Amino acid sequence: MRRILFENVFSRALTEPAPAVDDPELLTLAAQLKEGIDRTFGGSLSIRQVDAGSCNACELEIHALSNPYYDLERFGLKFVASPRHADVLLVTGPVTHNMREALERTYNATPAPKWVVASGACAIDGGVFAGSYAVVGAVDAVVPVAIRIPGCPPSPKTLIRGLLALMAAQPAG
Amino acid sequence: METSFQEFAAIEAVAHHHPWPRRLVEAEMWLDLAARLAAGEGTFLALWGDVGAVHLAFLDAGATAVPAVASLACRDGTFPSVAALLACAIRPERAIRDLFGLTPIGMPDERYWLDHGRWPEGRPFHPPEPAEASAAVVPPYRFLASTGPGLHQIPVGPVHAGIIEPGHFRFTCNGETVVRLEARLGYVHKGLDRLMAGATIERAAKLAARTSGDSTVAYSFAFARAVEAALSVEAPPRSQWLRALMAEIERLANHLGDIGGICNDAAFSLMLAHCSSLREQVLRTAETAFGHRLMMDAICPGGVTVDVKKDGMAAVRGLLKVVRAQFAELVELYDNTASLADRTVATGRLSAALARDFAAGGFVGRASGRSFDARRDLPYAPYDRLHFEVPVLTEGDVNARIWIRIREVGESLDLIEQILAGMPSGPIAVDLLGHIMGVSEGLAVVEGFRGDILAWVRLAADGTVERAYLRDPSWAHWPLLEAVIEGNIVADFPLCNKSFNCSYSGHDL
Ligand code: SF4
Repeated sequence: MRRILFENVFSRALTEPAPAVDDPELLTLAAQLKEGIDRTFGGSLSIRQVDAGSCNACELEIHALSNPYYDLERFGLKFVASPRHADVLLVTGPVTHNMREALERTYNATPAPKWVVASGACAIDGGVFAGSYAVVGAVDAVVPVAIRIPGCPPSPKTLIRGLLALMAAQPAG
Repeated sequence: METSFQEFAAIEAVAHHHPWPRRLVEAEMWLDLAARLAAGEGTFLALWGDVGAVHLAFLDAGATAVPAVASLACRDGTFPSVAALLACAIRPERAIRDLFGLTPIGMPDERYWLDHGRWPEGRPFHPPEPAEASAAVVPPYRFLASTGPGLHQIPVGPVHAGIIEPGHFRFTCNGETVVRLEARLGYVHKGLDRLMAGATIERAAKLAARTSGDSTVAYSFAFARAVEAALSVEAPPRSQWLRALMAEIERLANHLGDIGGICNDAAFSLMLAHCSSLREQVLRTAETAFGHRLMMDAICPGGVTVDVKKDGMAAVRGLLKVVRAQFAELVELYDNTASLADRTVATGRLSAALARDFAAGGFVGRASGRSFDARRDLPYAPYDRLHFEVPVLTEGDVNARIWIRIREVGESLDLIEQILAGMPSGPIAVDLLGHIMGVSEGLAVVEGFRGDILAWVRLAADGTVERAYLRDPSWAHWPLLEAVIEGNIVADFPLCNKSFNCSYSGHDL
């Protein structure tokens, strides 16, 4: 183990520069949200992920955000275990009827001010599962949504772009 | 002497069910088959519902066990319970009742399973009565009782602390020791079976690819093979080899993710960091080769939708080098870290008997002495032309489930090398339209990273999907997870859970 640790100290970091926020729609949203977030959170956000019915591919890519290539925490964004510690709910999947109450309760347990990010095609409009007897559909049919991140599933880069837009700030240096 | 397998084999098979037979049976033989399976003379594969009928897929006894399907018409809306004899059929049977309104007579557990009393339209496949919201019929869930002094309960979920799928775990504990764990699932039930019914093959394939996101390749593979079997079509050779390439890349990505994840649940985050960067490199290679990190929708009935991209082959070769070099060091690190072994060895032991009784597949079964791998035992192209070992261990603990994965990473690397070397040229898909003629049915079993995935499909005369069923290996693994945690401490649950890595979405459908 010592050898691996030692090598790690001297090898180049895998972490890559942040992708640019180039989507005009995201930028507009970012401008609107920037002021509130800066004032309230001093540039740092805590995220609680909620799978409201996803196929789990969305979760895999959200997981990847914590690997050494993306290292989400350097942007002041971190995943927390409890909605009570969260500023942002990152919601995936079409909301199933069986998860609806759990999502509502998670939302209600999150202290205001708070933002909901609908991540992935399913969260945006139900995706391929829209219209099923078992799903309510889009996340915004259940809780108010601040920002939408497209993709099936959104890649880690797309996720970072969306979350950075929410933060409305490129990482300082 | 009971000879029900032979008697069953003597029944004329249903026309246009391929490649293995489906036969209509009466209640008596239905029960007799269940009893044979319970006696260990064959192997349970799946039990699923249909409109007015139930189907039981199994491997019959004998050295060359091949799958077969027994179907029973439920004339009065009931069928004799298989679960009364076979514990692994309990949850499938509960799901059949929830979705199809068919009552298993003598079912040992009458609680609703996928139906949480929240669907607005009642039984999805049982429309005749005026739709009654399921809330009207589903009573509040009653967890199984545990009695004794000093017991307390810990409820967890459906929203968990990490970035994982939702489900509820109810622990009953004495101090730190788990006396009973009971899972309640169904939270991510999206109505997949109902969405498939009436869908075009193309749309159904999209749905199949989203059954369980980590196994999107394996599900697309299984569904495609079932459709091709129904239509008696062979996908072109190149597409079959490309499918296997994707399947092994998917297995590699998942095993690497799991090995890191399990170690992280023992607070050894160094392994997670290294394994997750290897996993990231696998996904990036998949994107270079096939244009999507998870290779979603890359396999379709009839072939594949994408040929390997220009730099793809070189990228895969480069990946093999990187993984071979770095993974060996990580294996050494795992093997030489005593504090880690202290957590994984002898933890969460699954007995060989339970693994056999539940026909546990994948690393769960193979870590507990059950040597089954659909790639070898029900060979399909191109695996019938490739060489690989199926590792088997008998300890059945978390450590054994890690070692099976470690060995399988090596096998997948070798397989990818063989696939690159043997990749034939030619077309990558055939048009299915010309092959559609009348009602036809197909069955396929494909080895995903987590175990064998069964896909069954019935196509209507117009080529749409009339009914499709996809069986995730997790149906067997979830109840076994409950068994292995008994007597372990609560703090070892994440470790046991991650070593099983069951699918919620694949199970909840
Ligand atoms: S958006 Fe795609 S990846 Fe995400 S949950 Fe839906 S189907 Fe799965």
